[in-house]
Amino acid sequence: MKLSRIFSWVIFILGVLYFLLPLYATLEFSLRTKVPFVAYTNVLFKDPQFAGSLIYSAIVGVITILVSLLIIVPTAYWVRLRLPRLRPVVEFVTLLPFVIPPVILAFGLLRAYAGPPLPLTGTDFGLNILVVAAYVVLSFPYMYRAVDSGLQAINVRTLTEAAQSMGAGWTRILISVIFPNIRVALLSGAFLTLAIVIGEYTIASFLVRPAFGPYLALLGRDKAFEPAAVTIISFGLTWMAMGMIALLGRGSRQRVQVAGAR
Amino acid sequence: MGVLPFFLFSALFLILPVGYLVVGSFQDAVTHQPTIKNYIDLTEPNIVLAYTTSIEISLVTAIGGGLFGFLLAYAVILGGLPRFLRSLLMTFSGVASNFAGIPLALAFTFTLGLQGLVTKLLLDGLGIDLYGKEIKFSIYQKLGLELVYLYFQFPLMILIVAPAIDGLKREWREASENLGASSRQYWQHIALPVLLPTLLGTTILLFGNAFGAQATAYQLTAGLVPLVTNLITAQISGDVFHNINLGYALAMGMVVIMGVSITGYSILQRRSERWLR
Repeated sequence: MKLSRIFSWVIFILGVLYFLLPLYATLEFSLRTKVPFVAYTNVLFKDPQFAGSLIYSAIVGVITILVSLLIIVPTAYWVRLRLPRLRPVVEFVTLLPFVIPPVILAFGLLRAYAGPPLPLTGTDFGLNILVVAAYVVLSFPYMYRAVDSGLQAINVRTLTEAAQSMGAGWTRILISVIFPNIRVALLSGAFLTLAIVIGEYTIASFLVRPAFGPYLALLGRDKAFEPAAVTIISFGLTWMAMGMIALLGRGSRQRVQVAGAR
Repeated sequence: MGVLPFFLFSALFLILPVGYLVVGSFQDAVTHQPTIKNYIDLTEPNIVLAYTTSIEISLVTAIGGGLFGFLLAYAVILGGLPRFLRSLLMTFSGVASNFAGIPLALAFTFTLGLQGLVTKLLLDGLGIDLYGKEIKFSIYQKLGLELVYLYFQFPLMILIVAPAIDGLKREWREASENLGASSRQYWQHIALPVLLPTLLGTTILLFGNAFGAQATAYQLTAGLVPLVTNLITAQISGDVFHNINLGYALAMGMVVIMGVSITGYSILQRRSERWLR
């Protein structure tokens, strides 16, 4: 065997070990209880906060995806078709969430909406609006890129003109022609958003939301084995979301999904 | 206008909150008069320490993660390993780069924490006491934090650099071999210069990725390691400086550093596209 190949194997095995050890250790820890799997049954069946926070985060995630799509799809479509001059501006704005980390965004939102004219931090409903708004902003970078490359792959102009010549209006074109044609791109953006929102901690904890991230953080301080079980479950959820994206992306050119700092 | 909601939303929930911090950072806390005193006060020792620690951790994990990620990507693509290992690694990387925050911090306490699996194995099997007087390792300290950050750093490098390595054309290698170049010369004069913008750009991206991370560090170190994000967290929860506007300046310093790193990444990324089409 050539030296470089041995070297490659060594690097690869090191990488796999580094990747798998924390997962294995967590799994092993979650099973150290006297009664096997009791950590899992405890959180799944005896801890209402587990299901409660997970459902809360899932709902927030779905609303985030819907709002983000409603904003990004028309924008990307319009920029491609009518306003190519605006492209640099839109790209710049969608890159901003990478420059402004969640901790800063939360800081700004908390202060800007603490008083009049829009005192959103005073009520649960207001805070829910803020948390969704923050997540929508966070989703902009990859949602925009997913939608834009989806639009690039179809012939937007021809499709639009064909629909127009049959008498369709703008809303109808977007809903019946554009949306279905880029649904794969939309779905992969949606799953990444879901994966990020469900585990998000920083913004949810500053806005005091009963979300999954803060729940897990608290559990990690209070309990011994349950956090390990929930970490494994959470890893499974991330894996599922990424698996869906990989499945959807088959055949198309692989894009890098960068989600920003956490 | 289809783009109006986008700009309206961005103005309300991105520009306005950040603008609030920007304006506040140039105001005196008591008199609300314009001032740059808040920025001068950033030279307070504990703030300087937070910035240097954050920068150090980000640099170490960006360079370490970048190097390891590149070697791994090289190993599976050009190192003569079976092909299926490559798609396996890419899938793993996609998951790992998104497996950050609280669950990641917890996973490492179960691995290298006081009661962690590896800690116990080393102690029982080899008699090495990680937390003993000689080694003084702790997952809850700086070195531990760096080890944890690497977990989401190097997969990101793999995801970005793998397409670039793929972009190295076979003809370049053949041409250089026909001209009598050794493998070393090929890498030194052709492959590395082509890959350099990608490698540098991604390393800068990794820097920003670590610099902006809050959840992982906060969960792991309970805010005890002096990081900028920890300081901002303390300031948001309880105005530890007794000067709200100093907190805004602190946040702005972070935005500036993130801005520089993302700009550097974008410029280098564009440069790298010249060869790798």
